[in-house]
Amino acid sequence: MSKHCVMGLFSDFDEAFAAISDIRKTKVPGVSVDDVTLKSPIEHPEIEEILGERPVHVQKFTLLGAIFGVTFGFFFLSGAQATFLVQPQGGKPVVPLPSNFVLMYEMLIFFGVWCTFFAFLFLSGLLKKRHTLYSEKVSLDQVGILIDVDEDCLEPVKNLFKQHKAVEIREEVIK
Amino acid sequence: MYNEKDINEQIAWAKINEDVLRSMENPRKAYWLAVLICILMLACAAFAEYIQYTTGMGPANLNNPHMWDMYIATFVFWIGMSHSGTLLSAILHIIHADWRKPIYRFAEAMTTFSLMTAGLFPIIHLGRVWNMYWVLPYVSDRGHWPNFRSPLVWDAFAISTYLSASMLFLFIGMIPDLAICRDNARGWRKKLYTVLSLGWTGHDKQWRNFRKVYLLMACFLIPLAVSVHSIVSADFAMSIMPGWHVTTFPPYFVAGALYSGCAAIITLFVLLRYFFRFEEYMTTPIMEKTCKLTFAIAMVWTYLNLVEFSSVWYGHDIYNKELLIAKATGPYAWVFWTMIFCGSVAPFALAVQKLRRHMPTMFVVSLLLNLGMFFERWMIVAPTLSMSHSPHQWDIMWGSIVEWAIVFGSFGWFGLLFLVFVKIFPSVSMYEVKEMVFHRRRHLVNEDAAAKFHRRKDDAKSASGEPGLEGA
Repeated sequence: MSKHCVMGLFSDFDEAFAAISDIRKTKVPGVSVDDVTLKSPIEHPEIEEILGERPVHVQKFTLLGAIFGVTFGFFFLSGAQATFLVQPQGGKPVVPLPSNFVLMYEMLIFFGVWCTFFAFLFLSGLLKKRHTLYSEKVSLDQVGILIDVDEDCLEPVKNLFKQHKAVEIREEVIK
Repeated sequence: MYNEKDINEQIAWAKINEDVLRSMENPRKAYWLAVLICILMLACAAFAEYIQYTTGMGPANLNNPHMWDMYIATFVFWIGMSHSGTLLSAILHIIHADWRKPIYRFAEAMTTFSLMTAGLFPIIHLGRVWNMYWVLPYVSDRGHWPNFRSPLVWDAFAISTYLSASMLFLFIGMIPDLAICRDNARGWRKKLYTVLSLGWTGHDKQWRNFRKVYLLMACFLIPLAVSVHSIVSADFAMSIMPGWHVTTFPPYFVAGALYSGCAAIITLFVLLRYFFRFEEYMTTPIMEKTCKLTFAIAMVWTYLNLVEFSSVWYGHDIYNKELLIAKATGPYAWVFWTMIFCGSVAPFALAVQKLRRHMPTMFVVSLLLNLGMFFERWMIVAPTLSMSHSPHQWDIMWGSIVEWAIVFGSFGWFGLLFLVFVKIFPSVSMYEVKEMVFHRRRHLVNEDAAAKFHRRKDDAKSASGEPGLEGA
């Protein structure tokens, strides 16, 4: 049995959310809300309530980056200072913590920020090849619902979209 | 009393795209003229730098005691200018002040370009520009490292961190808009936006991660921005020079930075509103809010000035006190009083509602505020070097033509970067304005529904004879 991807475009969030609610109520057998992807021009504040809790892990990478930054900062600076004894110390400690804290703080932020950015690239699926079912109307003013379904569920999903006044329905075979 | 909305919530999303994308097309003659002026200004600076590069630091009048002067004052000025964009954008984002949405993009761009301008000045000031990499901690076979105790090295770390974080903040915030540009562009623009939008499709997973990342970046940027200007203040405050060894310098620098940045936001707000016909997005109520914020910061700056003056006055440090008197009555007195007028008196125009709503007046006031802030930086650097501990070194300094040309050219450099930016990238955030419109429309609908509900409830109560609130 072939696998299809179907996309319905809706003129507003209300209709799109109503369609997702129907999927949640299993009005289309074999299709669950976990199969649903919503594409929108803005992030709707109630999207979590409709699609359910979908965790975001990017902050863990931020924390790792920040910890790495501060640790690297400490060892890098103190390592450099400890091996640079030609520099006159003037009776001050070789590894001065107060001034090193300033630079460790900057490194914490530097690595935290870059780790956050790279985590964002990988975790949000950016840089991946774009789905051919993308519609430019999504970046304008329409809301798209994308579902991967088996061939036998294709018609019920399309009917559901039509029932909720989908402006346009597109499909493609993915497997 | 005016009762206008920050934005018209009935504006169509398609129109928002259309208006912003239109601003990026077909530059008018005025645009090319502005580009030409900026290039000429930059050419002046390049010629002056060529003279300085080939001759040495003599033409810049840098000598003992004036080893720092116009270049460092201008460096502090541009660092200050960079503060409002990202810092205010981050703070307003965290506190959910949605009126920031139509104006934060160009403010963040201003931050990035100000930093790129500021970063040039320590390099120009070095004289031996080819040795600028010595400040970086790189592994050399001689085992040499920079002095990590020096605030000048802290500067290099802080500014490069702030520049990269600000650029990322600007770029991440722009990704959904770059996708809009990609979907509407042709030719080289299409290729550019396709690469820069990183395959954004408006997927719910992308939005969820985007929101979290944007919030995390904002949380990083607020302390970072404060630390950057505190570190710049440490360049001065860590010394024992009169007028510089001041405990209040870090907050004073941060307040001054926010102040000049806010004033620059007002200047660019008026220019973009006029030239790109963004009246529907950069509205008068948003200008009023920006002005009120600037006024509040102006008063903080004024207060910190008073604290500094009074602590010097009552501190019994004779060098500091003499310097303060010399600032107010000596050869730099006209600069000092102009700074006080522009920085502490002129902002009262922002407190008058009628003036706040008059764009040409606000444009002039914002320029005056920044003139005051430039003089403030000059008054920090020059008098201390002119009238330090040793009277035999006393010397008044006004900057040479080479210095002035480079400072003048830095405005051309900043202007050129900004002009290129506004024609290649959207200067108003389309998706965030859509969000603003969406939320306000929902709020309006909810209010209407609540009003109808209460009206119906009251009608039902009066029909059943139950006492209303008045009766109770």
